Amino acid sequence: MAGEDKKQQPFDSKAASSLVAELRGAFASGTTRSYQWRESQLRGLLRMTDEHEQDIVAALRSDLGKPELESVLYEAAMLRNSCKFALKELQRWMMPEKVKTSLTTFPSSAEIVSEPLGVVLIISAWNYPYLLSLDPVVGAIAAGNAVVLKPSEIAPATSALLAKLLGEYMDSSSIRVVEGAVPETTALLEQKWDKIFYTGNGRVGRIVMAAAAKHLTPVVLELGGKSPVVVDSGINLQIACRRIIVGKWGNNNGQACIASDYIITTKDLNELETFYGKNPLESKDLSRIVNSDHFTRLTKLLDEDKVSKKVVYGGERDPTKLQIAPTILLDVPRDSLIMNEEIFGPLLPILTVDKLEESFDIINSGAKPLAAYIFTNDKKLKEHFVNNVSAGGLVVNDTTVHLAVHALPFGGVGESGIGAYHGKFSFDAFSHKKAVVYRSFMGDAAIRYPPYTNGKLRLMKALLGGSILGILRALFGRS
Amino acid sequence: METRGDFEVQLEGMREYYRGGNTRGASWRKSQLRGLGRLLEEREAEMNAALEFDLGKHPVESYRDEIGSLIKSVNYALGCLKGWMSAEKAKLPLAAVLTTAEIIPEPLGLVLIISSWNFPFGLSLEPLIGALAAGNVVVLKPSEVAPRCSSLLANVLPAYLDPKAVKVVEGGPTISEQLVQQKWDKILFTGSARVGRMVMAAAANHLTPVTLELGGKCPAVLDSLSNSWVREVAVQRILGSKFSACAGQACIAIDYVLVETKFSSTLLELMKAWISKMLGENPRESRSMARIVNKNHFFRLKTLLEDPNVKASIVYGGSMDENSLFIEPTILLDPPLESGLMQDEIFGPLLPIITLKKIEDSINFINSRPKPLAIYVFTHNDSLRKRMVAETSSGSVTFNDAMVQYVADTLPFGGIGESGMGNYHGKFSFDTFSHHKAVVRRSFLVDFWFRFPPWNDHKLQLFRSMYLFDYLGVLLTVLGLKKSKQD
Repeated sequence: MAGEDKKQQPFDSKAASSLVAELRGAFASGTTRSYQWRESQLRGLLRMTDEHEQDIVAALRSDLGKPELESVLYEAAMLRNSCKFALKELQRWMMPEKVKTSLTTFPSSAEIVSEPLGVVLIISAWNYPYLLSLDPVVGAIAAGNAVVLKPSEIAPATSALLAKLLGEYMDSSSIRVVEGAVPETTALLEQKWDKIFYTGNGRVGRIVMAAAAKHLTPVVLELGGKSPVVVDSGINLQIACRRIIVGKWGNNNGQACIASDYIITTKDLNELETFYGKNPLESKDLSRIVNSDHFTRLTKLLDEDKVSKKVVYGGERDPTKLQIAPTILLDVPRDSLIMNEEIFGPLLPILTVDKLEESFDIINSGAKPLAAYIFTNDKKLKEHFVNNVSAGGLVVNDTTVHLAVHALPFGGVGESGIGAYHGKFSFDAFSHKKAVVYRSFMGDAAIRYPPYTNGKLRLMKALLGGSILGILRALFGRS
Repeated sequence: METRGDFEVQLEGMREYYRGGNTRGASWRKSQLRGLGRLLEEREAEMNAALEFDLGKHPVESYRDEIGSLIKSVNYALGCLKGWMSAEKAKLPLAAVLTTAEIIPEPLGLVLIISSWNFPFGLSLEPLIGALAAGNVVVLKPSEVAPRCSSLLANVLPAYLDPKAVKVVEGGPTISEQLVQQKWDKILFTGSARVGRMVMAAAANHLTPVTLELGGKCPAVLDSLSNSWVREVAVQRILGSKFSACAGQACIAIDYVLVETKFSSTLLELMKAWISKMLGENPRESRSMARIVNKNHFFRLKTLLEDPNVKASIVYGGSMDENSLFIEPTILLDPPLESGLMQDEIFGPLLPIITLKKIEDSINFINSRPKPLAIYVFTHNDSLRKRMVAETSSGSVTFNDAMVQYVADTLPFGGIGESGMGNYHGKFSFDTFSHHKAVVRRSFLVDFWFRFPPWNDHKLQLFRSMYLFDYLGVLLTVLGLKKSKQD
C-alpha cells in the first residue's frame, strides 16, 4: 500500500492508470462524500501534524536547512489552522446555497449544490513542502474528493515523511501519495483526473495545463513571478525594513513565491545587519539554498558582468553548505538576468526611480506577479497602487501576510497562475457548483410552445421584461 | 483579408487602449451595456431575419431564446453592476489589529469569445455582457456556420459599442486557430468537446484561463406522474425542449428520454398527440420548427438514422427533405445503445425513448456515461429527487421542466467533465471575466516584535499562542508567566 511499493517497481503509465481506476472505484462507492469521512480525515491531518511536529521540523531541516521557527510557523501551524478552519466551517460549506428565482422561471425554487469533482491530483512544490502539499489536500478532502498527492522530489525527506504519515493517518482507499520525479509525474499527468492542482513554476505549469487539456480537466496553477516592493519616502523606514527583511530572508531565505523579489524606491535601506548578525552565513536562522542546481542558478545571477559590481551588501556564498548570504544590489540594469526571472533566493535588487509613480509602469510592463507590495503613507498613492497594479494579491505596508488570511483567495493572475485557494476558496476549488431548479407543474406558459403567434410574442416580451403591468396588458391584448 | 501581422497590431492596439484605463470606469461599462440594450431593441427585425435565414427560426423562438433573454440579461447587469464592481470586505481575526482585507474585482484585460452557430446572438452577446461589465476589451468570433448572423454582428456592433474595445472577427476554423494562438487574458469558448480540447491546449501555451461551454447527451428522466394533466404538461415541456428550440440543435436540449417500460406506450401516444397540436400536421409549413443548419449536419443526422437497427426503432416521423434541410420530429423506441445515435450528442430533432425496468435504474444509466450539461427529471417522488441530485453529476439538474435554467440569472450556467469547465450568466459572467484580487492594508502602528529574527524559544511560544488565537496565552507568555513547550 501507499508509497512502499514504488521502490519495488517503477511507477509507470500502467501503474498510474490502475491507481486512478482504484480511486475512482473508491469515489464511486460514496465513501468520501459523507460529512463523517471528511471530518475524520481532516482530524487525521491535524493529529498527524501535532504528533509528528518534530519529525516535520527534522525533515525540513534536512531538505532546506529551515530554521525550526519557520517550520513550526509557516508550515505546521499554518496547516493546523487550515484544518481547524475547515473543520469549523465544513458543515456550512457543504450546505446548498439557496438562490432567488425571478419571473422568468416562476414558479420555481433553485439552489446551488456543491459536489465533489471526483478524483483529484495535487502536485506540490519543494520550498514549503509540508504546507504546499497538505493545504490543497485539506480543500480536496473537505470537498469530498479522492486524492493523489505527488510531493516534490527536490525535498526528499519531506516527501518520504508525507508518504509514510499519510499512509498511517489517512484512509488509504481514497488518499494516496506517489513519490518520484519527472517519469512518475508524467505517468500521472497522462491520466484523466477530475481536477489537477499544481504549485510550481510557469514552465511546468504549461505542461500540466496542456496535459489537462487532453481530458478537459480543469486546473488550479499556483505559480510565481517577481513580486515587487514599492517603497515611498515619509514612512517609518525601520518598520518597513523589518517587514521587508522578514518577508524576504525570513521566508526560506527568499525561496518563496510571494517573497519580495525586488524593491523600487527613491531611497535605500540598511537594516540587515541587526537581524542576522555579523556573519550571516553562520546564522542558524536562515534556510540554505535547496540544492546545487538552484545554488548555481543564483550565483549565475550574481556573477553576471553587469550585475556583479552592483552588490552593496552581502554576496558571500559557501558552495559546500549551499549557503548564500542575504545580498542587496543597487540599480542593476533592467535587462540583466536577475531582473528578468523570478529570483527565488536571498538576492534583493533595489531599483531607484526619480518619481515613485514610475514604479507602477515598471511593474505593469512585466508579467503579472503573484504579489505586489507598497510601503507608503500617501493615501492617493495607495489607492493608485491598489487600483492599477494587477497581481494575485496586494499588501499595503507589509509583505506576505495575506497568505495567512483565510478569508482571502490566494492565487495568481496571468503568468502567476490560474484559480485560487485557502479557506472556503479551497473547498470551492475542489467542488462543482451544480445548479438545481425545482419547477412546479403549475404555471405553464403556453406561450413558450408552438404554434407561435403574435399574441404569444407580446406576452413573452412582457414576461421577460419583468413588468407586471406589461404582462397584464399583453394578456388583455393591448400592447 | 487581414494578415497575421495586421491582426497582431490590432490586438496590441486593444491592449494599449485597455492599459490606458479607458474601460475601467462604471460609466464606460454602463454605456456599453446600454449600447447592447439599444442594439437589441432597434435591430430586432434584422436579427430575426438573420436567424430565419441561417436557421429557419420563427421570431417568437428567436425572441424567447435569444433576443428577449439578452434584453433581460443586459438589464440585470445594469442593475447589478455597482454591486458587482464593489470590493468585498474579508473577515479578519481579532489579532489583526488595524488591518483591513478585501477582495477587489478587476478586469482580466483582453479576452476572446468564440461563439456557436445554434444561438448565434445569444451565445455571442451573453458572454459579451459579462466581459464588458467586468471592464475588459473583447474580440468576438461568431460562428461562420451562421453567416448572416455573423455578418450582422460584425456590421452592427461597432455602431453601438466602443469600437476600440470590441472587435468582431469573422471567419472559419483557420481564423479560429490563428486567434487561439495569440496571448489572451481569458478565452470563453462555446462549442464541441473536440474543439474545446484544442482551445485549452492552445491556451496552455500562454497560461490563459478558459471557460469551456461544451455539450453532451442531456437525459430526461420521466417518472410515473399522478394524473393525466400533469403528464400532459411534462410531455409538452419535453417536446418543447426537443423540437422547438432550434429543432433540438441545442446544448441543453433533451437528447433522450428514460422511462419505465410500462409507461412507454402511453408516453408515445401523448407525444404524437402533442406534436400535432404544437407543430401542426405539416411541421415544415408551420414554421414552428427551425431547420437543420447546413448539409453537413443534415447528413450527419441522416447517417444516424441509416443504421438498420436504429431505423427499425423509429415509431414516429423519420422523413427528411434535403432541399429544405428539414427533418421532421422523429421518435425512436429503444434504439440500440451502441449505435451512433445513442453514443454521440444528437443535436437534432430525433428523440430516442429508452425504457427501463425501474425508474431508479436511470441513475446508473446516466452515471455510466459522460457527465452531461443538464439532467432533467420529471417526478413527484421526493426520494428520487434527492437521489438524483446526490448521486448524479451534471452541469445542472432541473426538475419537472427543461431548459429553463438558461434564463435564471442567479444560477451558474456551465458544464462538468466532458460538458465543460467554468460557468457564466448573471454575476457568474462578471466573475468569469474578472480577477478577484486580495488586498491587505496594514498600519505601521502595530507590529508583533516576535515576527523578526533572531529566533528563540520565547518567540516560538508566542507564535504558538498567536496561531491558536489564544490571546490569554500570548499575554501570559509576554508577562513571563507561561513557559515555552519543550517537545
